[in-house]
Amino acid sequence: MILATRDLTKRFGRVVAVSGVSLEVPRGVRFGLLGPNGSGKTTLVRMLLGLVHATSGHIEVLGEPMPKRAATVLPRVGALVEGPAAWGHLSGRANLRLLDAAGRGRAGRRRADRVDEALDRVGLGGVDRRPVRAYSLGMRQRLGIAAAILREPELLLLDEPTNGLDPRGIQEMRALLTDLNAAGTTVVLSSHLLTEVEALCTDVGVMDRGRLALTSSLDALRAPTGRILVRTPDPAGVVGVLDGQVLGRAGELVTVRGTDPVAVNAQLVARGVPVSGLVLEQRSLEQVVLEITGAGSDRVDRARSEGPR
Amino acid sequence: MILVELRLMLRKRRVWLCWLLLCALPTLVAVLLATTRLAPPPGRGGAFLSAVVSNGQIFPAAALALVVPVFLPITVAIVAGDTIAGESSAGTLRYLLVRPVGRLRLLVAKLVSVAVFVLLAVLFVTVVSYAVGVVAFGFGPDASLGGGGAIPSLSGVELSPADVVFRTATTVGYLALCMLALGAVGLLFSTLTDSPLAAALGVLALVVASAAVQPLDAAAAIEPFLPTAHWLAWIDLFRDPILWADVREGALVQLGYVVVAFGAAWANFSTKDVTT
Repeated sequence: MILATRDLTKRFGRVVAVSGVSLEVPRGVRFGLLGPNGSGKTTLVRMLLGLVHATSGHIEVLGEPMPKRAATVLPRVGALVEGPAAWGHLSGRANLRLLDAAGRGRAGRRRADRVDEALDRVGLGGVDRRPVRAYSLGMRQRLGIAAAILREPELLLLDEPTNGLDPRGIQEMRALLTDLNAAGTTVVLSSHLLTEVEALCTDVGVMDRGRLALTSSLDALRAPTGRILVRTPDPAGVVGVLDGQVLGRAGELVTVRGTDPVAVNAQLVARGVPVSGLVLEQRSLEQVVLEITGAGSDRVDRARSEGPR
Repeated sequence: MILVELRLMLRKRRVWLCWLLLCALPTLVAVLLATTRLAPPPGRGGAFLSAVVSNGQIFPAAALALVVPVFLPITVAIVAGDTIAGESSAGTLRYLLVRPVGRLRLLVAKLVSVAVFVLLAVLFVTVVSYAVGVVAFGFGPDASLGGGGAIPSLSGVELSPADVVFRTATTVGYLALCMLALGAVGLLFSTLTDSPLAAALGVLALVVASAAVQPLDAAAAIEPFLPTAHWLAWIDLFRDPILWADVREGALVQLGYVVVAFGAAWANFSTKDVTT
């Protein structure tokens, strides 16, 4: 396990931000931490990095206890926590060089090369000397990711890594993270964007109101539902052929019970019913997440007793 | 981390502006005195100002007496209040800590940068005001005789140039220590809040409160331990012979402030949850 927590709890005063989380992430995966706003994702990430001290529970990162062994663990971890941050009066390149020089370890000529390489990888290789203050949101985000990958970490902890990026930028980041993962880096990212996690991750964990509601591989989550969706210009024909199996019908789309689209297709074509599309229905990540999580903490509903008088 | 911190500080416009303004105030006073030749009578106005008109070389002491009570503490409050709270509100604190930079190492680096700031501030004021003083008021009566321009001490005895350099250097060191004590308090306040402004204002509140309490007879028991109590003790360095008692006591109290404030800053910061 590259990352393991046991009964991890964090209280801020009377608010319980994270409650009894036992999470295990194996080495080499791309892990997505999902959950509504305020569900404790960021607090969990901050605890993993030793920024926030747990009220109770146990954390191991790279096999070592945190935050006790932060000095040996953190140099092997790259992180983006709640958005990028930089010294606004300096250029992006100067920011990375100073941040790198701030810690112990390798220096000199290789530092400049490492910084240039990281900037190249995130698509900021040609950036000029203007201060970060003048950067766009997307450029700052890229700079933050460059800082995270600067020292070729074994573990990348990224909080909302695609914030502020345009669709092309998002695609580039996805390709970058997939490449890094293929080269051996474990990627853990937290996001409330389900499509993002669905497109990138191999494993997911879902948080809800401070608890870890679920961990699973993405494939297992998206199990077939036992239904097949048939698209056809002749829905009545489908109903005629597969009577009894039809569960629903909406325009050109007919929902049929079954697990073998090939057989259904053969059946329909043999009876002369035209088929323009056929797909085995899978649960979407969205359905799963909405099923197991409540409203985010940014929604505040009126208590029921407190109606209009 | 210390070198990084110094480079960060030296590339801040605010820091240079503070130094510039600190040097501008004595320069303004010198220009006014030089054009009007209306020096305050001895015993009134800022220390040394009455002697300045006849000998420009004493002007650094007068300049320091001008900036120490208010102007210098303001700049120290701004810079020290920004140390941790500034990184915190900019979000760079979390990236420094996960880089990782140890929390103690970060605090030490910040204290060192404040020390460098105050030392350079006092030094700049001294050097600039020496140049301004000499240009505006000349080397004093003996200069024409090639005597190197001997300077009268407050006690009336003439001091040799080497003696003046020694006394001035001691003054610079002493004042830097006084301001560092204030800076250490600023560092402590800076770990208590995420707002650099709040931390800076806290430091100024301390200075104002201390200055308000200091003249009260009722406060005689705590007077020696007020942060502002010994800020003008360095004037004794320009008497002949030097009266060391106040300076020594002042240095001890200020050193105490540095140690206690830094210890409290560390106690608070080492276990603090960084949520910005």
